[in-house]
Amino acid sequence: MDDLYAFLIGPALWVAFIVFLGGLCLRVAFLYGLSKDRDKVIYNHADMSWGVRSIFHWLIPWGSVSMRNQPVFTLMFFLFHICLFAVPLFLLAHNMMWQEAFGISLPSMSDGTADILTIVFLVSFVFLLARRMVRPEVRILTTAWDYTLLLLTGIPFVTGFLAYHQVGDYKTLLILHILFAELLLIVIPFSKLAHIILFFFSRAFIGFEFGGRRGARTW
Amino acid sequence: MNDVLEKPVDTHKIREILNANDGARIKTWLSICSRCGLCAESCFFYLTNNRDPRFSPAYKFKSTLAEMYRRKGNVDRDFLRKCYDIIWGECTTCRRCSMYCPFGIDIATMISTARTVCQSQGVVPDGLERTSVNYRETGNQMGMSTDDFLDTCSWMEEETGEELTGLTIPIDKKGAKYMYCLNAREPMYYPQDIGMAAKIFTVAEEDWTMSSTGWEATNLAMYAGDRALAGQVVKNMYEKAVELGVQNIAITECGHAFRSAAFEGPYFAGYAGGKPPVAVVHSVQLFYEYLRDGRIKIDPDKMLTEPVTYQDPCNVSRNGGLWEEGRKLTAFLAKDFREMTPNREHNHCCGGGGGFIPMGPEFKKRRMISGRLKADQIRATGAKIVIAPCHNCYDQINDLNKEYNLGVKVLSFKEIICETMIVPDKFKPVEGDDEE
Repeated sequence: MDDLYAFLIGPALWVAFIVFLGGLCLRVAFLYGLSKDRDKVIYNHADMSWGVRSIFHWLIPWGSVSMRNQPVFTLMFFLFHICLFAVPLFLLAHNMMWQEAFGISLPSMSDGTADILTIVFLVSFVFLLARRMVRPEVRILTTAWDYTLLLLTGIPFVTGFLAYHQVGDYKTLLILHILFAELLLIVIPFSKLAHIILFFFSRAFIGFEFGGRRGARTW
Repeated sequence: MNDVLEKPVDTHKIREILNANDGARIKTWLSICSRCGLCAESCFFYLTNNRDPRFSPAYKFKSTLAEMYRRKGNVDRDFLRKCYDIIWGECTTCRRCSMYCPFGIDIATMISTARTVCQSQGVVPDGLERTSVNYRETGNQMGMSTDDFLDTCSWMEEETGEELTGLTIPIDKKGAKYMYCLNAREPMYYPQDIGMAAKIFTVAEEDWTMSSTGWEATNLAMYAGDRALAGQVVKNMYEKAVELGVQNIAITECGHAFRSAAFEGPYFAGYAGGKPPVAVVHSVQLFYEYLRDGRIKIDPDKMLTEPVTYQDPCNVSRNGGLWEEGRKLTAFLAKDFREMTPNREHNHCCGGGGGFIPMGPEFKKRRMISGRLKADQIRATGAKIVIAPCHNCYDQINDLNKEYNLGVKVLSFKEIICETMIVPDKFKPVEGDDEE
């Protein structure tokens, strides 16, 4: 078990980070090359001001008509995304490991804050999961893979939370925590989760297309 | 279309179309849609069909274009038949959903691509196919000959000239400021529309012309998914404008004609840069400028006093950028203006767009069901007059008027301007002239 742990925080972690960052870069580079050839409409009407506003209004809560029409979903949706980013990036334990490995770290939050954010995350997670199952217009679109990806974002939080609070077998939970977090990182570039970066491109385009060409707001 | 259902599917051709369209945008859209379902509430088909989730925009592209890509083009007739119902019968490509999608996925573009795939296999509504035949033969959707067209113009010149001295309908005038392009239904069924436009241009003392060819601004081939033909249709117009050396192409009160001429046409016709070779202006913009600049003055005593609402045609407002011009123009003409909700670029399609009106009786029932939203919107304003600067909105709202007993009158800007404008004395016919 110790070997497995050593593997997971050693070579496997490197692989996960490289695949995550490299995969996203390759995907963007590939799409960029393809767009130069086949999507001239993007560049013909590029308008940075509209592109930036198209992105910005969807990055702030209730910043678009669509979000204001569904206020509760929007709240949960933002809590989900904020916690999903903030907890792993600013967790003290993670930053200590980065300090050790690379000599750099980000500012970190207290463990108490991390606990609260984790619980907030899990509440939003359950909400999104339930919404997927209950709302007909969402359920009809949802595939097994969508559930898998959603679960994959949740497992590292649950296992990390339980391990920290020493509920259950610490070592096992920690291994599961790292394993699933790495799996998630590896899956991101090759799935819909690549929207963490592609979001900016698709939003910019629709900003050009509606705003740049017609002055219509897409928010 | 039924006879083509027996023919084998040319999967090679389908793959070719899918590959040609498999760019960064479609790849990104298909892969990042996170199935959040936010688009559903934006769609008037969904809202008027008991919120049946099969009418949500995401479901529509997933079960059509996404499925074509997933099967790498290996689809059968049954599948294409199912697509037919969805892409023509449940979407007007109004593009409202793109504004409600967190990623701004352009679903209408994907539905249009699916239409192109189906069209390549002869799976296309008969009503649209008939217009395609006409476009090929005559360059206009009604199959009108050049002689008939020119006769109609001179007839209108003669008839309207009796009301307005000095009125002419110039044909192929080189270097004019505006080449006025039409919806072929005007010379065919509503020739007075040409007369009214001529009156407006005359009173505004505009330097304008009509053209003997390339006068058709509509482009139903765009809705039929026939991109090559759609390209030819706009090319006829662009090339004529370039040949005549006109400064602008002016488009009649038709929504999709403007979308085609100003935005999508250059892509169909393969013009680099995505811009038409000659600037394209919609009537709403042009008429607004006439009133704003005082080139046409409205008689305050003739202004509309009944409550008026404005139908934002999707392809004039959201896809044309002219929602404020439409309102400012209305303000010149009507005293009691009432907004529909939602409005401007967030307006709902009337249900007549995307080819629905020419698709005819086969689709009428659905058109009336999905149009209920527009009917409710109109009723809620209490308006007695609906201004619709688009032929398809015009026809659809007239149908909705009957179906839902709205008790409204649908008018175009041309009709109202001609009724309310002050005609300067120099254009007034001299009394007794007709006794000569």
